[in-house]
Parts: sequence; C-alpha cells; structure tokens
Amino acid sequence: MVPPDPDGGVVTISQASFDYVSALVRRETSMLYDPGKEYLVEARLLPLAREAGAADVDAYIGRLSTDLAERRKAIDALTINETSWFRDNAPYQTFTEHMLPAMLAERTHVRHLNIWSAACSSGQEAYSLAMLLDQHLPAGWGASILATDVSTAMLERVQAGRYGQVEMNRGMPATQLVKYFTRVGSEWEVSDDLKKMVRTQHLNLAAPFPPLPTFDIVFLRNVLIYFDMDTKRDILRRVRDVVAPDGFLLLGSSETTLDMETHWTREPLGRVQTHRPVPTTAGLRMPAAMTGA
Amino acid sequence: MEPDPMHVLIIDDSRAMRSILRRIVTDLGFTAVEAANGQEALDHLEAGLRPELCTIDWNMPVMDGYTFVSRVRSTPEWRDITLMMVTTESEHGQIVKALAAGAHEYVIKPFTPDAIADKFELLGVRAGVVA
Repeated sequence: MVPPDPDGGVVTISQASFDYVSALVRRETSMLYDPGKEYLVEARLLPLAREAGAADVDAYIGRLSTDLAERRKAIDALTINETSWFRDNAPYQTFTEHMLPAMLAERTHVRHLNIWSAACSSGQEAYSLAMLLDQHLPAGWGASILATDVSTAMLERVQAGRYGQVEMNRGMPATQLVKYFTRVGSEWEVSDDLKKMVRTQHLNLAAPFPPLPTFDIVFLRNVLIYFDMDTKRDILRRVRDVVAPDGFLLLGSSETTLDMETHWTREPLGRVQTHRPVPTTAGLRMPAAMTGA
Repeated sequence: MEPDPMHVLIIDDSRAMRSILRRIVTDLGFTAVEAANGQEALDHLEAGLRPELCTIDWNMPVMDGYTFVSRVRSTPEWRDITLMMVTTESEHGQIVKALAAGAHEYVIKPFTPDAIADKFELLGVRAGVVA
C-alpha cells in the first residue's frame, strides 16, 4: 500500500527502501526516521535521485549500499533541518536581554565568550548570534562561535557564508541584511567580520565528543527531537560536561530536560525556558573565562 | 484614529502576485485590500482605510512603491502604518534607499509563504494585535 503524505500527494517509496534508509540514518547519525516519514525521505532524496540519473527514489536507494560517495550525500540530505534567521525570535531576545548581560558581568576578567551552535545546519543560527554579538559586545570584548554539524556539506556552506534569496527572506531583518551582507551574483555573502567569529567543526552529537572548549552558552535547538530517549539523555549529559557551571543551554521550544533532572535545572528567562547545569561531584569545569578557552 | 489591525493593503501591479499575497495574508488572519499602484493605495488611505501593514511592489505604473513609501512617511496621520517592500529589486543600494525612505522591511521575490509569516512576526504584526 502506498501511504499518503500530509500534503495530499502520494509517496512511491517502497517499505524496503524506507526501512533501509531509516536504518542507515540511525546507524550513521542516531537520528530517527519513524514510519510515517516516508514522504520526507522521498522529498529529500528525489533531487539527488534525479541528479544521479536514477529512475526513481527506490532505484537511487538501491545504489546506496555500494556507492559510498552517494551514501554520504544521501545522509547529508536526510539530516538537513529547515532553518531561518533569528528563528522563533524569542530565544534571540533572551540571548540579548538576559544571557549576554549575565555573561558580560561574569567574564570581565577575560572579556571573551564561547558559544556553541550545535547541529548548526546551514549556519543561520550561528550567524544570527554573530550579528547580535557584533552589536552588543562592549569594545574590547571578543567572542567565538563554534558551529558543528554531522553534515560536512552543511559545514562547507557555513564556511562559504553564502545564501540564496529564498533563504535570505526567511526572517532576516532588512537592516541586518544591508549591514552584514553583500550581493554576489544571485546570492548574498556574510561579511568577513562575522565569518571570523564563526568556526566550524564536524561533530556527531550521538557519538562521544571530540575535545571541546568550555562553553558559556550552548544553542541546541530543534535537534533532540530526532533522537531516541536514551541518546537524548546521553547527549544532554555530555553537553553538561562542556558547559561552564554558570553557563546556559537553550533547547527548541518543544524540547525539554524534564526527565533529566539530575543534569539540568530549568530557569525561565524572558519568554523562553533556559537550562543551567547542575554541578557534578567530579570533573567540575571551570568557567570558560577561567580556562581562557 | 487607531490603525485597523485586521487589514493588509497589497500594492502590486501584477494581479497574480496580488492573488498570491492575498492568500498568504488571509491565511495569517488578515483581510486583504488590493491596489494596482501607489496612487490607488493612496486613494484607499485618503478614503479612511488604516491597514496594519502595506506590502509594496517597487516598479508600478502611475506611482511606484518608493514614491508611495515617501508619501506615506511624510503624512503624520499615517505614521503607524507598517510598510514592507515586496519586490524583485534586489540591489543592496535599493534596499538601503527603501529603508531610508521609511520602509520597515524588505522581501525580495521570489519568496515562500513562510518568509512573509516570518517578516510579520519580526515586525510584531499579528491579526487582531497592534504591535
């Protein structure tokens, strides 16, 4: 039976193909593609199937077991999150009005902030934060934003800092557009000053983290929903280990640490729920400022 | 007079584009009013219409969008109306010029319905709510 998709179209991908892709993505990234997401797999792989000259998505998926390069591209396409500039607004407002003033007060001796944009996708979150830091950091202060993602294609996009018109329209205030971007052909490129603030690194949230600095603020938004409960818990525990004791974690608006009581406490700030690390008895991290990270 | 929070004035000489924008703003909970150029839009305002927001094309016959923005901004009783350019004009300098003239936001065609919704949220413009 061909399952209907939510938009009323018809999904043609076979059950065997979906099962294969679902298992592949889970194995490689721990992300879940539950039954019912057939339409999403089809939508994301159809452009690749056409590009590769495959007869249909099923035929394309059939190649993935032997074609490593194509498998990498398929995984990249399946792990992309739709994103926009200053997505949901409220977290960025809280960042500017609450988290940043708190961190500025605590880090006067190093005058530097470390921020992590985890699962950064094409970089809109990292660059949105960079714009706010550029506007709100006092003179003499610096900031580093680490943008990580499981998709190498996405990291290359972040480094290039180029965005198409449709992407630029998604939430980018016109005043910021003219201040921080220049037009290059049909695209817009972010300024060198913002690029210097953002560093990229390949990172699979579901696997043990590589060595990381201590972060003052972590944005981990709209990605935990793709993981099962055990993986979610494990990621939150490991993130706690790289957040300064007085640091902040921000999740997506539908995500929570409610069942992670031992690792995080919730603190409402502005219109969003932020999360603060609960100190552990061993391996207490110094604030980022004290490590000079 | 307080702005009527329920109306969006769509100013574009393309009937197809007005139709697309009408559908989007209607889905967002607004009542759409259409004008085919800047002068028609001014006629609506002079007749007493107080939209929460105007979407404004740049290139139109009779009166272009830039002139419309300048006229609205030079009329104190219309100062509460939010102005958003929706145009194919995409040069950096044109965006700066529109903002300097008093446009609050700028959308470059092509756009997705989500882009319009994002901009409305950015501007604090919601059906039934005056920002």
